[in-house]
Amino acid sequence: MGPTKITGSKYSTLPKTPTGITGLDQITAGGIPKGRPSLICGEAGSGKTLMAMEFIVRGALEYGEPGVFLAFEEKSEELAMNVASLGFDLEQLQKDKMIKIDHIHIDRSEIEETGEYDLEGLFIRLDYAIKSINAKRVVLDTIENLFSGLSNQNILRAEIRRLFTWLKEKGVTAVITGERGEGGLTRQGLEEYVSDCVILLDHRVINQISTRRLRIVKYRGSQHGTNEYPFLIDEEGVSVLPVTSLELSNEVSSERISSGIVGLDAMLEGKGFYKGSSILVSGTAGTGKTSIAATFADAACKRGEKCLYFAFEESPNQIIRNMRSIGIDLQAHVDAGLLIFYASRPTLYGLEMHLVAIHKFITKYEPDVVILDPITNLITVGAVSEVKSMLVRLIDFLQQKQITVLFTALNFNAIINEQTDEGVSSLVDAWITVRDIESNGERNRGLYIMKSRGMKHSNQVREFVISDEGLDLVEVYLGPEGVLIGSARISHEVEQQTGIAIRDQAVNRKDREVHRKKQILESKISGLRAEFESTEEELNKMYEEEALKKEIIEKSRDEMIRLRQDLKKRNDNDN
Amino acid sequence: MQNNADQPVRHDGDEHYYLKLFIAGASINSLRAIENLKSFCHRFLKGRFELEIIDIYQQPLLAKEEQIIALPLLIRKFPAPEKRFVGDMSETHILLKGLGLTSID
Repeated sequence: MGPTKITGSKYSTLPKTPTGITGLDQITAGGIPKGRPSLICGEAGSGKTLMAMEFIVRGALEYGEPGVFLAFEEKSEELAMNVASLGFDLEQLQKDKMIKIDHIHIDRSEIEETGEYDLEGLFIRLDYAIKSINAKRVVLDTIENLFSGLSNQNILRAEIRRLFTWLKEKGVTAVITGERGEGGLTRQGLEEYVSDCVILLDHRVINQISTRRLRIVKYRGSQHGTNEYPFLIDEEGVSVLPVTSLELSNEVSSERISSGIVGLDAMLEGKGFYKGSSILVSGTAGTGKTSIAATFADAACKRGEKCLYFAFEESPNQIIRNMRSIGIDLQAHVDAGLLIFYASRPTLYGLEMHLVAIHKFITKYEPDVVILDPITNLITVGAVSEVKSMLVRLIDFLQQKQITVLFTALNFNAIINEQTDEGVSSLVDAWITVRDIESNGERNRGLYIMKSRGMKHSNQVREFVISDEGLDLVEVYLGPEGVLIGSARISHEVEQQTGIAIRDQAVNRKDREVHRKKQILESKISGLRAEFESTEEELNKMYEEEALKKEIIEKSRDEMIRLRQDLKKRNDNDN
Repeated sequence: MQNNADQPVRHDGDEHYYLKLFIAGASINSLRAIENLKSFCHRFLKGRFELEIIDIYQQPLLAKEEQIIALPLLIRKFPAPEKRFVGDMSETHILLKGLGLTSID
């Protein structure tokens, strides 16, 4: 709200009446001056009457302020029919005494002037209409029709001046419409001076594409946006886009969201992008920008977030089919209501109209993630500078809403792409570029992070691989020959694998030899052991024989002793 | 205008005129218009006119019904077709021509 409070709290600010027209109240910081006349001027078909009517109808419906519509051009029934397409039921509102439409018919051919006159009749009619419904709002559409009905310019000019003063005295908030004149804002060059607020409508056709624009030319006593703002007239009335906010004070989030590609997240400190940031993915044709975008959308939907996908190149069905081939099922998200596609041909509207349409969709669906694929197609309907200014405003709007946005941009060739990228790239928070790297007779994709604000991102090139399982980033091989990618990288990997196999084999051979040697030694050891065993056995045998001999000898000696003793005894006995 | 430029039928003599003059209160223009018109009628339509003077302030609804913007406004209700004049009725020749009268000087 900041800028609107510039006058400070000490002084009372100009009271304003909200118009209820989407966006207009934001540009005017609250609406048109309360109790004063404002002028809406523009060429035929620029939407003056509709805007004025919406002011009255919205006033009645949304702010409970009755309004008088004084129509100089169209009859009440015609007006009712014209605005019925916007869902405004004028008949009912008139019955409810919230709106009074008074058709003023004036035809020069039926009137002759004879002498001095004034427009008191108009004042009386208006006064009566205001009093009958206690109106707070008044529209005079188009006041200069008086000049075609009456010829005395001096009288008319004086009377219109009087009318403006009179309206102020009445305290009604008035909107006067006026046809754009040559060299001035209005044909009479009068209304713009007596109005307190002047809104100029414009309807331009550039390259066969029409764009409606609105500009606040003057606003007494109030700050207002001075730029040209595009506006759209559709089935919901007028939507003005307050494209550039007056300050750079958006809230920022330090929350991180995954890109859906593991390798890419790894390059971004392993966490992914900041929530509410803007991401640009640029690359030449066929580098997989849409695949990156779809993967990002898929990841968002898988987190349960809402994603709005603006497709300017392919139809939603085409994108869904194509993404199925890399293992991403977008249809499931569409069915779950998380993914909403909005496809339109860039040439259908002007650039500004696209912006208004995008704006409306975002406001309607309140997504967490928005994808624009590709923004470069919009350049077909506008110059690079226009696209840039459109994107500034879009990014601004999205950041206010904390919506993460991913743009894809097609680079046509090396020279232009640098310029285009630079034009847009200064606006975005993260910029990823996918480049075809042509070498050894093949094209491969290299992915770089050109910038990523607020994080230590990787400065390395990764090879970007699209397979049936989705997207992945592969570290490139950095060798003496430089960066190797594609089949060169694969062949290098094969080479490395062969090397490993050979090394393994060598190790195996050594192992076997050791094993064999061990076996030989072991067999030798067992031979020796056998030898030792036989020697031992021999020795044992000898030892046993000796023991046996000894035993036998001792036995026989004992025997002999016994025998000898027996003999002695016998001899003694004999003696 | 188309009606009077080469009007084959001339309203000279017997035709009866029914005129309505709308005014806004007692403004200078209103008073001047009443004065001018009365003298006009007495001079050119003597005895064959009916003049109704209506103050729109008193009957504001009439302003819408009669599609009134500029005042004073004179409407010739009869003879048909309806003719409208705005102003203080000071330019007699326009009235004469517009009403289809020839001057009888």
